[in-house]
Amino acid sequence: MSASKYLIFLGCAIPYRVSAYEISARKVLSKLDVELVEMPEFNCCGLPIDPVSHEMMLILAARNLALAEQKGLNILTLCPGCAGTLKKVNKMLKEDKALREEINNHLKEAGLEFKGTIDAKHLMQALIEDIGLEKIKNAIVKPLTMLKVAEHNGCHILRPKEFIGFDDPEDPKTLKTLIEATGAKCLDYMDETECCGAPSVGVSDKIALELARDKLNHIKNVGAEALITICPFCHIMYDTNELRIERMFNETYGIPVLHYTQLLGLAMGISPEELAINELRVDASKILQQVIVGEK
Amino acid sequence: MSETEKKPIKTSEIDPKFKYEISKIHGGEKLLRCFQCGTCTSDCPVARFSETYRPRQIIRMTQLGLRDRVLNSDTLWLCAACFTCTDRCPQDVEVASVIRVLRNLAAERGCVPQVFKEQCSSILESGYAYKIPELRMKKRESLGLPELPKGNPENIRKSLKGVRFLKFVEKQGEEK
Repeated sequence: MSASKYLIFLGCAIPYRVSAYEISARKVLSKLDVELVEMPEFNCCGLPIDPVSHEMMLILAARNLALAEQKGLNILTLCPGCAGTLKKVNKMLKEDKALREEINNHLKEAGLEFKGTIDAKHLMQALIEDIGLEKIKNAIVKPLTMLKVAEHNGCHILRPKEFIGFDDPEDPKTLKTLIEATGAKCLDYMDETECCGAPSVGVSDKIALELARDKLNHIKNVGAEALITICPFCHIMYDTNELRIERMFNETYGIPVLHYTQLLGLAMGISPEELAINELRVDASKILQQVIVGEK
Repeated sequence: MSETEKKPIKTSEIDPKFKYEISKIHGGEKLLRCFQCGTCTSDCPVARFSETYRPRQIIRMTQLGLRDRVLNSDTLWLCAACFTCTDRCPQDVEVASVIRVLRNLAAERGCVPQVFKEQCSSILESGYAYKIPELRMKKRESLGLPELPKGNPENIRKSLKGVRFLKFVEKQGEEK
């Protein structure tokens, strides 16, 4: 029997260029008896449009919430950007009657209505609140006690605190707890909660890469063997761009960047191939070797 | 767009109504509370690596009524929307939201980086913010992933009727 059932909201970045996250997430969630139902229809959560039109962002997010309400299921997102936006708009429309009416006037034109009957959760939140740490720990067959890693939370699953209401943005614990459930040690490092720079790509690539470099330096300094992310954009910043940053600033990192679902999958005994670890840009063979050796 | 922050202020540039206008827009309500402590700038990750982006300065310029300087500035678009400033502001100004309000107004006058226009067009065409290549769609099948849910552009457009930014995007399309 399935422990939980959600409508999975993939967002735009994951199907566009971060499929390893989706592949590994589906694998581990299925092992944890989570049932995923596909969205009947999709549009962007609205987040990228907020800077140019708050109104359009609200409508785009409300459309997705209304579609999920028709299915009677809570939304599960893999992207903190989508989670943050859907949670924020859900709260705003539930609490502000005038705004709800305004947005519903738009949705009516498309045969939709926001009623406020469901929740939107990020994967991390679903893991900790619904599935539970006990169940996750029970699914671990190969504790990764040989690994020392660092974590990077996505900004939008933490801030603004008033709207998201999940974890402590100044000292987030959830991802660390989830990482330590796999047996790996999660190290603290400087400026841990700082932005990866992804939102600045396209506006100022230089600033974006400098931000990611700064974080990678701090991560390297504490001796982390891998970086664990739960956001497709952060993953692109660190994994896809790591070699570029090394060349641009004359640095050496060699830090593989794994999606949390890949780390969890390894600890659950799922093979690296099934978790699409070969899709990572930064070579992860060294830590995979450690996982294999650790098994003996 | 130009970088004009450091030029002396002329009284003719000042529009005293600007701050009230912003205060009436959702997200900009608490603009007048700012007492210029600078927590936003000192905690801003972008400000650390940018020589021009200073959230405190943008807030002050807005309070002073420097409408054109603020709205025509490239600097406005550097905010990464990480919301650190919003969470840490002792006056609860919601700095990132004020900046979003300003960006929305700048966008309506056409001062907007290309990347946002592209994402907007892509959403209107497919529902997705990026144009996902056919090859990617096909690859999903071989990877054992379910088919991607489709967007419904016609239905999306129906619900967006009357959105101000869209009028600008459409007008630009006609001019091309």
